[in-house]
Amino acid sequence: MALDRWIALAFVAICCVYGYAAFFTMDHLLPPILQRNPIWPSTFPKILAIAGVVVGLFVLLSPKPAPKDGEEAKDGVIDLSRIGDYHVGQAIALLVLMVAYAMTLRSLGFLGATIGFLVLGGAILGERKFHIMIPVAAIAAGSIWYLVQEVLGIYLSPLPSFL
Amino acid sequence: MLEGLLLGLSAAVTPVNLMMVVFGCVIGTLIGMLPGLGPMSIIAIMIPVAIGLGDPTAALILLSGVYYGAIFGGSTSSILLNAPGVAGTVATSFDGYPMARKGQAGKALTIAAIASFAGGTIGAILLMIFAPALSSVALLFHSAEYFALMVVGLSAIAAFAGTGQVGKALMMTILGLIMGTVGEGALSNMPRFTFGVMELQSGFSFITLAMAMFALPEALFLVMNPARAAQGESGKITGLRISRAEAKAIAPVIGRQSLQGFFIGVLPGAGATIASFLGYAVERNIAKGEEQAEFGKGSIKGLAAPETANNAACTGSFVPLLTLGIPGSGTTAILLGALIALNVTPGPRLMTDTPEVFWAVIISMYIGNLVLLVLNLPLIPYIAKILAIPRNYLIPFILFFTLMGSYIGQNNSTELLLLVGFGVVATILRFADYPLAPLLIGFILGTMLEDNFARAMQLYRGFSFILERPMTLALLVIAALLVVVPSYRARRARLRAQGVADD
Repeated sequence: MALDRWIALAFVAICCVYGYAAFFTMDHLLPPILQRNPIWPSTFPKILAIAGVVVGLFVLLSPKPAPKDGEEAKDGVIDLSRIGDYHVGQAIALLVLMVAYAMTLRSLGFLGATIGFLVLGGAILGERKFHIMIPVAAIAAGSIWYLVQEVLGIYLSPLPSFL
Repeated sequence: MLEGLLLGLSAAVTPVNLMMVVFGCVIGTLIGMLPGLGPMSIIAIMIPVAIGLGDPTAALILLSGVYYGAIFGGSTSSILLNAPGVAGTVATSFDGYPMARKGQAGKALTIAAIASFAGGTIGAILLMIFAPALSSVALLFHSAEYFALMVVGLSAIAAFAGTGQVGKALMMTILGLIMGTVGEGALSNMPRFTFGVMELQSGFSFITLAMAMFALPEALFLVMNPARAAQGESGKITGLRISRAEAKAIAPVIGRQSLQGFFIGVLPGAGATIASFLGYAVERNIAKGEEQAEFGKGSIKGLAAPETANNAACTGSFVPLLTLGIPGSGTTAILLGALIALNVTPGPRLMTDTPEVFWAVIISMYIGNLVLLVLNLPLIPYIAKILAIPRNYLIPFILFFTLMGSYIGQNNSTELLLLVGFGVVATILRFADYPLAPLLIGFILGTMLEDNFARAMQLYRGFSFILERPMTLALLVIAALLVVVPSYRARRARLRAQGVADD
C-alpha cells in the first residue's frame, strides 16, 4: 500500500477517535439550559467526523490515477521512490537538534541555546570552518535578541537560568 | 472612491508606513530569492514582527510588501538559476532562464520587473473598482449565506487542486477544520478535544501551524535534496535596458494578462500558479509563426505573460479576503490570521468600520509596486549575491527563524515541540503528495465557519435555514458540484482510458 493510502487510513482512524469524543463524551457535560439550544458544542465536530470518515474512505478506496504520459521526475522535485538518495539522516539530526533547542531554551538562555543551535546545525550539514561559523552565530544571536527584546518588546531571557 | 483614496493616502504615506513598504519589499525580495522559500513561508516568518508592530495598517502594509517582494524575488531566482522559489514563478523560468543563458539576464529581469509592476498596478486598480462593489453586496449576506459561502470557498480550493487530488485536498481541508475545533469553542466556554492538556486550552497557534506546514518542510527538503538548491553561477548582470520595439511587443501581453490574471486570482483556490501557467499557455496560442516558435527559447512575451499574470493574481486574491473575509489561497489565509490577531476582522464591514485599513492597503500596493521597480531593480545585481550564501549557513538560520517565529507568539517552549511534531507530519504529507494549503485555510476558516453555522442554526432553530434561504441552498449546491464534477470527470476519463466507457 502506498504512503498516501496509509495516511488516508490514519486519517480515518483520527476521525473515528474524534467522532467518538464528539458523540459520546461531550454532551453529558452540557448544562441543561444549553441543551435547549438547537446547536451544541458537539454539533459541528459530529458533522466533521462523519464527513472526514466519508472523504477518508473515498481517498483510501479510490483507484490510483494512471500516471500521465511524458511526466518525468524533475530535478529538485521531491519523490518518495528516490528516498535513498536523500540526506534523511541530516534532516532527522536537525529535527532532534530543534527539539533539543526547545528543551534547553530556558535553562541555557536564549544566547547560549541559539549559538549552540546555529553552530551545531551547520556542523550537521558538514560545515567545518568553525572560526567563521561561531562568530557569525554569536553576532546573529546577539542582534536578534536585541531586535526581539528592544524593538518588539518581547522578553527573552538571554542568559542561563543559574546566572 | 476619491475620498477613500485620500484617506488611504493619508494613512499610508506616513514615514513609518512608507518605511514598512520599503522594508517589506526588500526583505521579501531577499528571502523570496532563496530557492524553496515561498511567500507563504516568508509571510509566516514575518508575522511575529508584524503583530509586534501593533498597528493593523502598518502590519498589513508590511506583509503585503513582503508578499510582492517575495513574488518578485522568486522570479529573480527562476531567471538567474532556473530554481523557482515559488510555484507561481515556475512558468517564469520557461523563458526567463533561456534568456539568462543567452546573456540577457539583465534584460530578462527588467522585463520581469516591468511586467510585475504593470500586473500589480492594474490589479490594484481593478481591486479598487471591484472590492467596494462586492462588499456592498456582501453586506446583504446573513450568517447562513456566510456559512454557505465559506463552504463554497473551501470546496473550490479542493476542486482546483488538480486531477486525482480533489479527495486529498478535501481530506486536508477537513483535517484543518478538525484542528480548528481544538480548544475553547466560541459557542460555550467548554474546552473541546484538549484531552486534558493545558497547553491546548486556547487551541493550536496558527503561526506555529503555518511555520510547520510551509517553512519547515521546505527547509527539510533543502537538507534532504541538495539539488533543490543547486547553486548556479550568477555571473555579472548587465544591460538592464530594453528597446522600444520590445516594449511595444510586450504591451498587449501585459494588458491581457493583467485582466486575466486578476480574475483568476479572485477565484478561491486558483491563485498565482494557475494564473501564470494559463497566462503562458494563452499567450503562446495567440502568438503567431516565429514568435510562437520562440516560446521556451527565450521569448520576451513568454516571460512577460506569467510575470504579469502572477502579480495580477496576487492582487486579485485580496478581493475575497478584504470583502468577504474569506481567504482564497494559503498566503491570504496567513494574512487573515495576522489580521485577526491584530483585532481587525476583514469582511464587508471592513470598508465601513475601518476604511483607513482598506484604502491604506490599496495605496501601499501602488507604492509597493513602485518600490520594487525603482528600488529593487537597480539593486538586483547586488541582492542576487544572497544566492551565494552557503547552505550550511542558510539552513540552520531558516530553521532558527521558524523556531523563533512560533516561540515569540506564545513564549512557550511546548509550542516549539508542537512545531517540530507538525513539521514532521507536514513533511510526510508532502511526500505523499497531499496539498497543505487547504489544511491551513480550513484551520483558519474553521472558527468562522462554525460561528456562522451556529448563528444560522439558532436563528432558524435547526437546519431549516438551508431550505428556507434560496441563496444559501444555491451556494451549497455549487459547493457540492465543485467537488463532485471533477471527480466524476476524472472517473469517466479513467474508465475511457481502460476502454470500458460508453463508446
